[in-house]
Amino acid sequence: MSCDDKVDCGRRRLLVATAAAGGVAGVAVAVPFVASMLPSERAKAAGAPVEVDISKLAPGEMMTVEWRGKPVWVINRTKEQLESLPKIDGQLADPKSAKNMQPDYARNETRSIKPNILVAVGICTHLGCSPSEKFKTGTESGIAADWPGGFFCPCHGSTFDLAGRVYKGKPAPDNLEIPPHMYLGDAKILIGEDKKA
Amino acid sequence: MKKFLTAILFAPLLAFAAGAELHLDRAPDKANDMAALQNGAKIFVNYCLNCHSASYMRYSRLKDIGISDAQIRDNLMFTAEKVGEPMKIAMQRAEAKAWFGVAPPDLTIITRARASEFGSGADWVYTYLRTFYRDETRPTGWNNMVFANVGMPHVFWELQGEQAMGEDHKLTVVKPGKLKPQEFDTMVGDLVAYLKYMGEPVAEFRKQLGVIVLIFLAVFFVFAYALKREYWKDIH
Amino acid sequence: MSKMNAILQGTLSWVDERFPLTTLWKDHLAEYYAPKNFNFWYFFGSLAMLVLVIQIVTGILLTMHFKPDASLNASGVPVAFASVEYIMRDVPWGWLIRYMHSTGASAFFAVVYLHMFRGMLYGSYRKPRELIWIFGMIIFLALMAEAFFGYLLPWGQMSFWGAQVIVNLFSAIPFIGPDLSLWLRGDYVVGDATLNRFFAFHVIAVPMVLLGLVAAHLIALHEVGSNNPDGVEIKKKKDANGVPLDGIPFHPYYTVKDIVGVVVFLMVFSVILFFMPEFGGYFLEYNNFFPADPLVTPLHIAPVWYFTPYYSILRAVTYPLFGIDAKFWGVVAMGASTLIIALLPWLDRSPVKSIRYRGPLYKGFLTAFIASFLILGYLGMLGPTPVRTIVAQICSVIYFAFFLLMPIYSSLDKCQPEPDRVTSK
Repeated sequence: MSCDDKVDCGRRRLLVATAAAGGVAGVAVAVPFVASMLPSERAKAAGAPVEVDISKLAPGEMMTVEWRGKPVWVINRTKEQLESLPKIDGQLADPKSAKNMQPDYARNETRSIKPNILVAVGICTHLGCSPSEKFKTGTESGIAADWPGGFFCPCHGSTFDLAGRVYKGKPAPDNLEIPPHMYLGDAKILIGEDKKA
Repeated sequence: MKKFLTAILFAPLLAFAAGAELHLDRAPDKANDMAALQNGAKIFVNYCLNCHSASYMRYSRLKDIGISDAQIRDNLMFTAEKVGEPMKIAMQRAEAKAWFGVAPPDLTIITRARASEFGSGADWVYTYLRTFYRDETRPTGWNNMVFANVGMPHVFWELQGEQAMGEDHKLTVVKPGKLKPQEFDTMVGDLVAYLKYMGEPVAEFRKQLGVIVLIFLAVFFVFAYALKREYWKDIH
Repeated sequence: MSKMNAILQGTLSWVDERFPLTTLWKDHLAEYYAPKNFNFWYFFGSLAMLVLVIQIVTGILLTMHFKPDASLNASGVPVAFASVEYIMRDVPWGWLIRYMHSTGASAFFAVVYLHMFRGMLYGSYRKPRELIWIFGMIIFLALMAEAFFGYLLPWGQMSFWGAQVIVNLFSAIPFIGPDLSLWLRGDYVVGDATLNRFFAFHVIAVPMVLLGLVAAHLIALHEVGSNNPDGVEIKKKKDANGVPLDGIPFHPYYTVKDIVGVVVFLMVFSVILFFMPEFGGYFLEYNNFFPADPLVTPLHIAPVWYFTPYYSILRAVTYPLFGIDAKFWGVVAMGASTLIIALLPWLDRSPVKSIRYRGPLYKGFLTAFIASFLILGYLGMLGPTPVRTIVAQICSVIYFAFFLLMPIYSSLDKCQPEPDRVTSK
């Protein structure tokens, strides 16, 4: 794009400057227009962190709370349930939670802050159905004779263990998501926010 | 034709000759006075937000005027659980209507709605809140200079004291309140500044952005005009 | 570089064999020859197009958040009204989009009025451009409908009572009137049904008609070519290649010139949008910040500024005629005042087109017409008093006299001879 006799340099410079200014104007207008489709203050307020009181959650029980319109499970796992977790590592797709489906503080064997309390988003990582609870073990569960308890997705049959880890050879690619959460007290969890924020 | 010309000349005068004149005091401009706005927010929450809602205004928005989430939660938020919620009230509209004759209006955009050719909406509210006077013929015992036969009682009477209207339609203080007249005016000024802010929280940012946009367009104009001259130099 | 060019050329010819892209470009821009003497008044056509684009884009974004629902929410506020405040506060940049749309509505009329006035100054409606004028007038009517439907949507006091008054105008029509206005509202008062149908008209029906009409307006214009401030036909003098001697290609000459016009317009637009979005209560009326209340009419009710001249004419008619009441004749006069503008091509008998060569009679009548139009507009914003009604009546007579007497005074007028070629002033 050198200036030779054929091109009018002054005109070209002005063309470039005007086109650039027009481009800047276009982008400057496009940004607010595109941003207007992001979640509004109302959506943000509705999606604000949720406080959960788990003082009445007995071992072996589960409760569901709504956060950002999604079911979040809080499960108080029994000692036996916890002990079953490492035994099935071989059957799982990502037993060590290597993929980023949880905050760092939940990247451990039980996928939780307190070993017994699991907080997980109850949405299958395959296509977004909510798996159902299958805590009964063995044949009684209707899944397998060696079933140690976990979750079964009714849509396409993915199975998850009691730490939300997905079994091998199932449609769901990833473990269940662990949402950001923190303890406000011994029996009070804030879901949706952690200490980093 | 002469009549027509006279009519043209005097039409603007006629316009203002008709209709009741409304005298409004000018509300002080405190749009950038954070302390005043914060004080106004506190007064609003304590005195107004029992009967009047501000249902389009979220508590969390008070960050604009320098109030933190924690301060909102501890000092201002009496009617909600989360800072993201709007300033609603517990009072049922039907009950309110039974008590006051009309349901107290939502105040979020009251300063925008009350504007008129006589002054801004802030002027109207500033005058309104300071011109309650004793009128035993009214059910509440109060009347108002700019809002005749208003349903609302004088909420600030302990602070302002009692005023009475004389024969000359002027108000005089007959029983002094806890605040001196100047202190009371400052307080109402803070409240009105807050109401004005709440009417359009984005207003200050809007003006700042406008300056940037205009500077940009001025630069754009220079290029565009030079380009036009460049092309048109060939046209005679 | 040359390889790149070859690929582009190849793609272009591939398209051209299937769609007349290059032909369209040449016919409407690069080889559309416009008179070289366009002045200030010729900016407003392209500006109207710009405003149309602004309104469509911001309108689509507003539709994503607005709710046409007249029922009351938990706080006792109509949902539609609350959704506008939701846009102003909760939607990211919603305030900017809403103010662009509300300022754009007024800007549209300002630009279109100036565009129409240009046509009257230079006789742009005269043969062979009658159809351009007719399309333009239908665009103007559609624009008024669009503005009227849109004005109900925020569901404030002025929205509600404005719609109430205008819909009731139709009830003045003998025999079918009352049923017609009931049908238009879909309810016994302006209500949820009215809001919903006005929403449908505002966002789909009228915009589609508008876009079609704008296309027709431009196609007709490019068929006959643009008029100019001298009112002479540049196509009468062509060079050896068939290019008008006084014509210059629209692109690049008028594209670069229109960019300057666009930037200046955007500056004015931005001053209003960012510093005075209510424009003293003329663009956003103060009473419209009160939610619609079917039980209380605001003390002072006036249409938005761009409707006030016709509203004044409506109110100026106070005499019954032929046994039918004044209300009906007011509606007739108001309708006639907008429709009569479309007849200009056949009312004007002057031998010249442009104001530059017209005689004193036309100049005098045009001045009186513009003055009466402005006064009517001003009076329409105010409440009626006996004196104002008389002034409005005089102005209405002048308004109509301008059109109805035009066949006489335009042919009697002492005109100067038109030049052969355009002049450069």
